[in-house]
Amino acid sequence: MTRGLRRSFDVLVVGGGPAGLAASVRAAECGLRVGLVDDNPSLGGQIWRGETTQGGSDAAGWVERSSVVGVQALSGTRVFHYPAPGTLLAESEDEVYELSFQKLVLATGARERFLPFPGWTLPNVMGAGGLQALVKSGLPINGKRVLVAGTGPLLVAVAAWLRRQGANVLAICEQASWFSLARFGAALLHHPQKLGQALSLRGQLAGVRFLTSCWPMAAQGSDKLEAVVLSRGERVVCDFLACGFHLVPNTELAQLVGCQTRGGCVQVDEFQQTSCAGVFSAGEPTGIGGVELSVVEGQIAGLAAAGRRQEAVRHFQQRKKVQGFAKALDRAFGLRQELRTIARPETIVCRCEDIAYHHLAEHKSWRVAKLQTRCGMGPCQGRICGPATEFLFHWNPDSVRPPIFPAQLEHLAWIGCSGECGAG
Amino acid sequence: MTNTLDRQPASIGGERMHESVIVTVNRKPIVVPRGATVAVAVALAESPCRRSVSGEPRGPLCGMGICFECRVTVDGRPHRRGCQILCRSGMEVSVDD
Repeated sequence: MTRGLRRSFDVLVVGGGPAGLAASVRAAECGLRVGLVDDNPSLGGQIWRGETTQGGSDAAGWVERSSVVGVQALSGTRVFHYPAPGTLLAESEDEVYELSFQKLVLATGARERFLPFPGWTLPNVMGAGGLQALVKSGLPINGKRVLVAGTGPLLVAVAAWLRRQGANVLAICEQASWFSLARFGAALLHHPQKLGQALSLRGQLAGVRFLTSCWPMAAQGSDKLEAVVLSRGERVVCDFLACGFHLVPNTELAQLVGCQTRGGCVQVDEFQQTSCAGVFSAGEPTGIGGVELSVVEGQIAGLAAAGRRQEAVRHFQQRKKVQGFAKALDRAFGLRQELRTIARPETIVCRCEDIAYHHLAEHKSWRVAKLQTRCGMGPCQGRICGPATEFLFHWNPDSVRPPIFPAQLEHLAWIGCSGECGAG
Repeated sequence: MTNTLDRQPASIGGERMHESVIVTVNRKPIVVPRGATVAVAVALAESPCRRSVSGEPRGPLCGMGICFECRVTVDGRPHRRGCQILCRSGMEVSVDD
């Protein structure tokens, strides 16, 4: 039976990863009532998943600070609606929350970009971060044959981590060219911490093949994955394919609130404030930049939301320094044109509704394709196929409508109860 | 995004892993480490999570609650995301045959 609960905060932070934790801690340290709402079973977001109980880690440090300063964390709770200014609705398994706030910080993180290719819907074809998350959640990986493919620095980090868990990592296939990666390596010289991490990961991956300008052409298997065919013609027999094509900012909630976005990123000023007064955003939604940038932006957003602009300014220099890394990421891991051609006419693009490539290719826009085919109208609401069609067809996935996640019916009834029904 | 150098997870989901929990997946008992998610229990049962609208077997893709490919019925409640729910002792999970 659903319980309805009301909570009121000076600052409400959405997203419990590095940016959201940093924002909530800094705001609470200013003596404000701070709420932190997060969809996952425990804090840390994707990058710090499973690390928040390891003493001495950055993740554990921020989580401990958040508890010490009295941040009220609502884990396992997902925001689904913005019924009126100053109010969000969220649901957990058994509760629906009406969360009211003076200031809002959106730290909703990023997801992996997936590109369709024959067989990508087979069980055991997962995102790179996706497989890592499953293993951190208890999936046994010891001795399993894993092929890692796609693009971005996450591939190498995940491959090294999986290997430490006992996986047999067969190869890493990076679609970027050797030249792009060499230039990225040179850019890392300005970021010694990142360079140190990269060299350490390389050491941990000794003996694992690293193939550049290489991508999956097809995943094969009957009921689950059995092998992957690579662009260089090789067929690799494996148990898992961990495949992601870099990251896409999660901007759905920001869009619902009315924040301006550009190029898929939430637009913010130097205090991390969005185009909506009193609404801030930090971390990956404002542009993919990694964990260090997220922590700095989160602190600036938290301080600015608390009205401590002078203190926020002290972090500007540090932010500028790590922003260079974000630019290097964009340059190095742009998607090559050949990836547009790996989907076959019959390849499913929208996994929720099983809509094949050839049914989509005949349409002019995301909106028309949605109306004609139901593409993007399943439970993921286009979060997976939207970024894919953006790359495949140059479509712009259009406006966001509430609920931004499928909510339980009895919880949706609360939209009416909260007084401003139909505001979206 | 680069990953910080994380170590062997001493715990998952904030709970210790060395204890175990028994759930059922389509009435078959499955032992999982405490703190494991429902998606992991389904994988240990060697079962897909669901059948797609055209009948394909599907399993988890994103692992973070976005893609809804791991949705299953948990204690009679349909369409729960397996990757976002921790296993509790006695939990009954059912998946499409």
